[in-house]
Parts: sequence; structure tokens; C-alpha cells
Amino acid sequence: MTVSAVPSEASSASAAPRGGEVRRSVLRRVAPYLQAGPLALTLLVFLLIPILTIVAVSFWDYDSIRIYPDFVLTNYEELLTSPVTWKTYLNTVKFAALTWVITLLIGFTVAYFLAFHVQSTTWQMVLFLVCTIPFWTSNIIRMISWIPFLGRNGLLNSGLISAGLIDQPLEFLLFSDFAVVLAFVHLYALFMVVPIFNSMMRIDRALVEAARDGGASAAQVVWNVILPLAKPGIAIGSIFVVTLVMGDFITVRLMSGGQSASIGLMIANEISLLQYPAAAANAVVLLAVVLIMVVAMLRIVDIRKEL
Amino acid sequence: MTETRTGSPLSAGTTTGGTTTGVSRRTLLKGTAAAAGVAIGSGAITGFPTIWAQNIKNVTLRQFGTGVSNLNAVADKVKEDLGFTLQMTALDSDAVAQRAVTQPKSYDIADIEYWICKKVFPAGVMQPMDVSKIKNFDKIVPIFVNGKLTPESAVAQGTAPHTVGFVEGKDSIKFAKSATQWMTLIPTIYNADTLGIRPDLVGRPISSWKDLLDPAFKGKASILNIPSIGIMDAAMVCEAMGEVKYGDKGNMTKEEIDKTLKIMTDAKKAGQFRAFWKTFDESVNLMSSGEVIIQSMWSPAVAAVRAKGIQCVYQPLKEGYRAWGGGLGIAKHLSGLELEAAYEYINWYLSGWVGAYLNRQGYYSAVLDTAKEHMSPDEWAFWMEGQPAKTDILSPEGKVMEKAGAVRDGGSFQDRMGRVACWNAVMDEDRYMVRKWNEFVAA
Repeated sequence: MTVSAVPSEASSASAAPRGGEVRRSVLRRVAPYLQAGPLALTLLVFLLIPILTIVAVSFWDYDSIRIYPDFVLTNYEELLTSPVTWKTYLNTVKFAALTWVITLLIGFTVAYFLAFHVQSTTWQMVLFLVCTIPFWTSNIIRMISWIPFLGRNGLLNSGLISAGLIDQPLEFLLFSDFAVVLAFVHLYALFMVVPIFNSMMRIDRALVEAARDGGASAAQVVWNVILPLAKPGIAIGSIFVVTLVMGDFITVRLMSGGQSASIGLMIANEISLLQYPAAAANAVVLLAVVLIMVVAMLRIVDIRKEL
Repeated sequence: MTETRTGSPLSAGTTTGGTTTGVSRRTLLKGTAAAAGVAIGSGAITGFPTIWAQNIKNVTLRQFGTGVSNLNAVADKVKEDLGFTLQMTALDSDAVAQRAVTQPKSYDIADIEYWICKKVFPAGVMQPMDVSKIKNFDKIVPIFVNGKLTPESAVAQGTAPHTVGFVEGKDSIKFAKSATQWMTLIPTIYNADTLGIRPDLVGRPISSWKDLLDPAFKGKASILNIPSIGIMDAAMVCEAMGEVKYGDKGNMTKEEIDKTLKIMTDAKKAGQFRAFWKTFDESVNLMSSGEVIIQSMWSPAVAAVRAKGIQCVYQPLKEGYRAWGGGLGIAKHLSGLELEAAYEYINWYLSGWVGAYLNRQGYYSAVLDTAKEHMSPDEWAFWMEGQPAKTDILSPEGKVMEKAGAVRDGGSFQDRMGRVACWNAVMDEDRYMVRKWNEFVAA
């Protein structure tokens, strides 16, 4: 991040009276900083300062009603030594991994279909808009609508029973890890579709033709030409999906019936019990974990290459 | 009530505030309050305000609290009877505790539960109320004054309201051992909670808290996931099972917490629970959809399930009830006319109309005599005396809640409130308990 706009600005002010020539060159030098200034300032005020505050609070002490400015490591100690934390992280990573794999498969397939099988641009846009229809409602609504569908006496179970396929309602459908992952996939598949579709649309069709002329089968074209070239889109989609799932709390709570844990839920519980320092410590650790994951993804794929 | 209002210390301020423009609302109110105070001097006033009746219309009191008693009907009636505006915000109990402490200027009146009061009042964000200004103070149900419904009854475990109901002095934040002139919360609403069941699906009579963990209901039970309340239900269950003996369920030792949650965790791992619920509507949906057939529940949630035409019983259990109670407290920053308005509001709250409204919802009001005057004899007999309804019982909104002939689950006021085993509580080992509870939820 470039946050050095302020000193340069000051020097430009003092340099101004020296003459037009100098002023122009100074302006040219300073202009990029001025242009970056508003964003830098926004990030500083709305991102950096809040995060630093969270980091600071994570070292504070607390009791059931108040928090005390202090420097204690108990919040981290309690967090990192508790087996629950590790279990919860494992659980959250499991959700993230499952969701990632499934959304990637769906996202890649849908994007591939849209980009290479649909020939007219109009239809591409129409079908693309169709993908976004579920996003016209709030994601809580989309999530909750699964509950009457999957429930013990829900549509799916009643349907299966009346079709004679099962005798007993399938209990695992709702309030289970299955339900959580299902909702995640439903909610976040589009975040995978969009960037992959975008990457695929930039692939030079001549490359595909050349591969075919060279004797590659359809599968070989997908594997050796399209997949590598769609990697930046896949990486961007993966970042969206993984960070969203890692930070989620409401989906896990509603779809698991409050019986499964996620880090977001853990933080939400701590906040609701006024344990801000503990929540802050948890948030800092989560931030670090997610950043590591994102960095790892960026090391594998250079997303700038194709942007 | 004989109350003497003298001019506030601010009487040096403008006394023509009513016509001044460009003065902030608060200054303006303080000014007029002072004017009113001076005007009345040492005169004694009874009943509703008369002289400042015009000024009080400008007052807006901001009340926040849990959903149960933040009723728009109450705000409307306040406007009608007292003339001032009551703004209500409903939050869940954790958020209420949080906001009460961290944003004390954001409310004028806090509608909180007694266990929340135990957390909040020592933070010094509220002021106690002078009971000599509370007209019906001596008619308040004695549970809130000395902890005993009748002189013979035993004091229940947990954060019993009377233990946090008074402080030692006007500026004290230390809870008094017995009743004093300074009350922290004026009780408004309370009830005895138990398990809700679907009698059509449980298939056998339910008589004990331990039935929640009966393997017969595997995958069909639920418990509420609000640690400070859920732990009490869990304790009722473990005690009924004979697995854990408690010194005080409302103030467990670490060892007791461990044992209790061990039993609950084992049950959870064995698949006993279908879900945990956190909000009123979640509990209603779990029950009415048949996902759950036995669970911790709140009285109006049972009524809401029944209103859908689905059988649901608020089952009295032999070990007794887990009770909760809430009350109105005044924020520390309130003074002058607004403080007077708050007292007017609280006196009005106890004067019967709200009491009847709450009783008709299945809760209990703090002053029974005045509520009785606002209820029909049949309503009173049904809700308070446990007698069969002679006519259809209507909710405050006029919907039929119970058909003629129905009897209230658990019976009369004496039967229900007289059998309270423990009150919702906040423990000394609160922090430890919450951590362990989170482990249970994550297990």
C-alpha cells in the first residue's frame, strides 16, 4: 500500500513559487500520489485503523461486563491452547475445502458452457443473468428457504417417501454438515462462475482451434489449453469462496441448527457475551490464517498475468 | 403517592425555554423542568401530572430491552394516557446487556432481566429509583422484595430478583442484602419456564426435566443456546437425572459446570439434539415443523405453536420451574423533566393496564391487584387461578388463544410461581462457563 502521500504534498506546496517549469515537474511527480491519496486515506481510516484497533484490543483484559486496557496474552493463550479452537478451525477449513471443490467444479463447468458452447453473445448475457437471479433476494432468505425443503417433514423427504424410495425421512438433510455445505455452494457458486467466465472469454479462440488442428481431443483442449489460461479466474474465484466461507457465521448457525461450529460463530458468540478482547484475538488469528491461505493461492497462480 | 418536586439544580437556567428557539432539545427540557419545578415549589402532587402536562408531551423516552415486553401497544397507550413518546428498541438478551453497559447514553429506560441487572448495574450506568415515588410499591409481588411468594416459601436458587433488586443508597452500585429505599429495577414481567412438548408425538407422559435426554427422543430434542439460560436448563436436567448435585445451580463451581456440560456433550455426540435455538421464532419453527418434539421453550412460543393449530404443551415438571424476571431501570444520565416522565411511566406501568396486557399473554405482572381490575373475572380465573375458561380466551390483540373449557398448563399463579426451582442467573464463574458452553456447542 502507498500511504506516503502526505509528505510529498507538503513539499509540493513549498516548491510551488519557484516557477512554472518546476511546478509542472513537481506536479507530475506528485500527481500519482494525489490520485492514490483518496483511496489510501479511505483504506487507512476504514481498514487499517480498525484492524490495528482489533489487534490492540486483542491484548486487553476483560470480565463479564467491561474491558480493561492492558497487555495480557491470556486471550491468545486461552484461544490457542483450547482443543475447541483447533477443532473449530479444522471444521471451518473442512467447510471451506468442500465448498471450494464443489463450487470450482460447478463454476468451471457453467463458465465453460457459457464461454465455449453458447455461440451468440446475446444468449451468453441472458444465461449469465439467469445465473444471477438467486442474488436478487437476500442471502439469508436464500438460505432459510432450504429449511422447509430439507426438513424432516419437508418437501424433499415427503417427495421421496411418497415416491416409495425411502420409508423413514432422511435426517441428515437438515441441521447437518451436509446442509451447511449445500447452502454454501448455493450461496457462493456464482462467485466462482463470474471470474472464471471472465477469464475464459479472454482466451484467444485461435488457441483452441490450433490445439484441435494439432490433434488434441476435446478433453485435452480443456485440460491443456483452457484450464491453464483460466487459472487467474479460478484463483480469484477461490479467494472469494474461501474467504467468505472462512468468515461466515450465519450460514453455519442456521443450517447446522446451531450444532456445528465455525470460527465466525465462535467470534459472534464471544461478541454477544461482551468478550471483545477474546473475539479480537480470535479475529486476528483468523485474519492471519486467511491471509496465509490467500498468499498461498497467489503464489500458485499469478492473477495479474491475465488481468 | 405524595411526592414533592423541588426545582432542579438547573433552575438557574432559562425559564422561558418553551418559547426560545435555537436551544437543544435537552437544554430546553431541562429549562422547562426547572420552570415547572419552581412553579410547583413544595406543592404536593398526586396522580398524573397536571401543570407540566403540556411540556411533558415534548419528552421522548428511549426504552430498549428484550422483545418480550417491548410492545408497540404499550408505547401507543403511553402516548394516549401520559402524552409523551416512548421509543422502543428490541434486542436479544446478550445484546441488551452489551448495549446497557457500553452505550449508556443511547437509552433512557432499560428493560432488562434481573440477571442482566447483576452484570449491568455495577457498571454504574444506571440510577436506582426512589421507592417512595413508586405509588404501588407495597403491592409489588413479594418475590421481588424478599424473595418469597408467601412467607413460608423457600428462596429459589440463581439470581433471585430480590438479591439484585436494591442498592444501598442513591449513588451506590452495591446490591443491598434486604429491601432499601433504592430499587434498581421496577419489576414488570416475569414467568416460570419449563419444557415444551408435542403431546401428539412424544407418545408418553413427560414429568421430569430428565426426559429431555431420554434416548427415546434421540434427534428430536432441542435446548436453547443462550449460555446463561441454557446452562440452567442443563442443570435442571442433570439434577433430575441424579448425575450432579449442586450447591447452587445459579452459581456453579467449575467442577459442577464441567460435570453438567460433560453430560450434555455426551448427549449431543450421541445425536440427542436436532438443533439448538437462539431466537423465539426458531423455537416456534422447530416445534411446529416437528423437527423437535421436546425442548426448552418460552411460554409465548408455546402459544404461537398452538395458534397454528398444532398441539403443544408447556409441561409442568416435578422438579419445578426455571423462572426469569425483568424490570425497568433508569439510565444514569436521566434528570429533570425526563426523569419525572420516567417515574410517571413506571407508575403507569404498574397501574394495571400493562399488567392485564402481560397477564393475557401468559406472563405475570408485578402488581396483581391493579391488573385484576383491567381483566374480566373469567380471564383472571383462567390465567391466574388455573380454572377452566368459561368463554374463549382472547389474546391482547383479540385473537382466540384458548377455547372455552381449556385450562392453563401448570395451573394457577401460586402453583407456577410457587414452584420455582431456580432463577436465570449470572455466575461468578461466568467466563469459565461461557467458554465451556462454547465447547459444548462446538463439540
